[in-house]
Amino acid sequence: MDWLFFGEISLAGLAMGGLYALIALGFVIIYKATRVINFAIGEIMMFAAYLFLAFAGGMEISPWVAVPLAVLGGALLGGVIEKTMIRPMLGESPISVVMVTIGIASILVGLVELIWTADPQLLPSFLPREPVFIGELYLAPKIAYGFLIGMAMLILYLLYFRFSRGGVALRATASDQAAAYSMGINVRRVFNLAWVFGSLAASLAGILVAATGGLSPQFGIIGLSVLVVVIVGGLDSILGALIAGVFIGWLETVAGAYLGGEYRMPATFAVLAVILVFKPYGLFGTHEIERV
Amino acid sequence: MRIGDAKQTYLADEAIWTSSTQKIWFALLLAVLLAFPFMASSYLLYLGCLVGIAVISTTGLNILTGYTGLISLGQAGFMGVGAYTVAWLSLNTGLPFPVTLLAAGLLAAAVGVLVGLPSLRVKGLYLAIATLAASVFLHFIFAEWEPVTGGMEGLSLEPAHLFGLEFRSDFAMYFIIVPLAVLALFGAKNLFRTRVGRAFIAIRDRDISAEILGIPLLKYKLMSFALSSFYAGIAGGLFAYFYRVVTPESFPLSMSIFYLAAVIVGGMGNLLGGVLGAAFMTLVPEALKLLTAVMTPIWPNAPVFMSPMLEIIFGALIVGFLIFEPHGLAEIWRRVRRFFHLWPFRS
Repeated sequence: MDWLFFGEISLAGLAMGGLYALIALGFVIIYKATRVINFAIGEIMMFAAYLFLAFAGGMEISPWVAVPLAVLGGALLGGVIEKTMIRPMLGESPISVVMVTIGIASILVGLVELIWTADPQLLPSFLPREPVFIGELYLAPKIAYGFLIGMAMLILYLLYFRFSRGGVALRATASDQAAAYSMGINVRRVFNLAWVFGSLAASLAGILVAATGGLSPQFGIIGLSVLVVVIVGGLDSILGALIAGVFIGWLETVAGAYLGGEYRMPATFAVLAVILVFKPYGLFGTHEIERV
Repeated sequence: MRIGDAKQTYLADEAIWTSSTQKIWFALLLAVLLAFPFMASSYLLYLGCLVGIAVISTTGLNILTGYTGLISLGQAGFMGVGAYTVAWLSLNTGLPFPVTLLAAGLLAAAVGVLVGLPSLRVKGLYLAIATLAASVFLHFIFAEWEPVTGGMEGLSLEPAHLFGLEFRSDFAMYFIIVPLAVLALFGAKNLFRTRVGRAFIAIRDRDISAEILGIPLLKYKLMSFALSSFYAGIAGGLFAYFYRVVTPESFPLSMSIFYLAAVIVGGMGNLLGGVLGAAFMTLVPEALKLLTAVMTPIWPNAPVFMSPMLEIIFGALIVGFLIFEPHGLAEIWRRVRRFFHLWPFRS
């Protein structure tokens, strides 16, 4: 066994996992606050990445302005989706709400194909190009810097939820909606905020992932990997999302490198199946107690 | 206005035919279905076969999702199992189609039970994701188990045959597909008049209450999975005979979503809804193709926009029906019927 190769692959996988963790965080924020499983998160990421392409490639705005613009665009998209399509579904069965997000995903894919055509695109490069070495291990610069930016965002988010007023409102709503409402928290606004923040995290991750792997209307398939991450970590656990994100990212990359690309999905879904059978609520998820 | 619809026994309430008018209409419908292939153009015949296959699969998914309340994202995978079974059997054994189709249904049902096993511990969305995992594995098996499935190339098979008769054309396939679809609907209709079907409905409405009432949850959930995938297997087998080539890409995840959408657009937990939904969702893309063909002379770019527009319309239909018409096309149908029943009064 070639340990150097294994180390490099693992490192790349862990960096990818960091981005997964960021997307999963966006997913978990939405789920915690609104109990909606968002199947459209991959497509929201894709949309933000295409926005970046339009700003930086089409309008030739400097990437350092285009990235925040595109991320804000993605966040706005999340907010609009919540207001127009998720809000009317309040109180409906989870099946229906999930199907609405699947419908939204399809609409977004169609819109992207309509505006930017179905051909794969390359994002203008905006990350430094010098190769990164950690000890002896080489890491592609795009992945390394993507990881760093993603981590910075992640830490910002965790601090925000821990200390800010909005973060406290979000956590309060997540733990008990009725109590939060009676304490004067505007639950509707929190719902909207959760979608905005969730989409914001996903959008940034979307641009970073697309910068390394290219962009096409099939980009949203990454949403499936994220689904595995959040189920393995526990749908409503931020810690779970972080740990499972890093682990699944690593596993996917290692399986892809050693067994071939076609083994990436089955490998992660095998972990998912095992988790579902032995720990149905994920590694750190809350057990739901049901009463008649 | 229709009057005199007071029922006096439970048996009458549960009857399939509640009035003689209904019988007449149904006989008419059967006559139209029988006459259709003799009058329709080859394109319409092709669409008729597609709708028939979609009706069988949608009815199966309706049993699972609409009546038992278990969401499945694996319907396309189960159809794939059926299709590969038929393809493999007809290539290697040359058995006639009733045998291969039955085998397809049974094998798909067995896989369905296997996939349903996690429902012992998880439910709701977690179960949906377990079925998603199953469809990923099935796709992987279809693509990689080359000695049996032919890998990415897939399998191509001979036309269906029985007693020396070959069912090569769409015209011939119509006479296999449509009777099977009618049979499938009757089977489902009767299912929900039995203990098993009613147990499914009880589980959908509140699983814990159902268990307290003495319905063993796991057994009935697995039964629902088995039945639903049996239908999917038959539909998949017909799909294989219809196109006579089966590849892993024939059964993508988007197909599972298509069938879920058909169930929702038609109306969850309603057999008529399943039929309407399957027909509607199959015909919308065709209508759009027609529209594109009409538009092309005026607007040469139209074909470029067709496939994205299809995605948008597909999504918009799902979202729109869920928000504005949650009971689906079946509810619209009921409203239209009520209008005529109550005419000249307003409902």
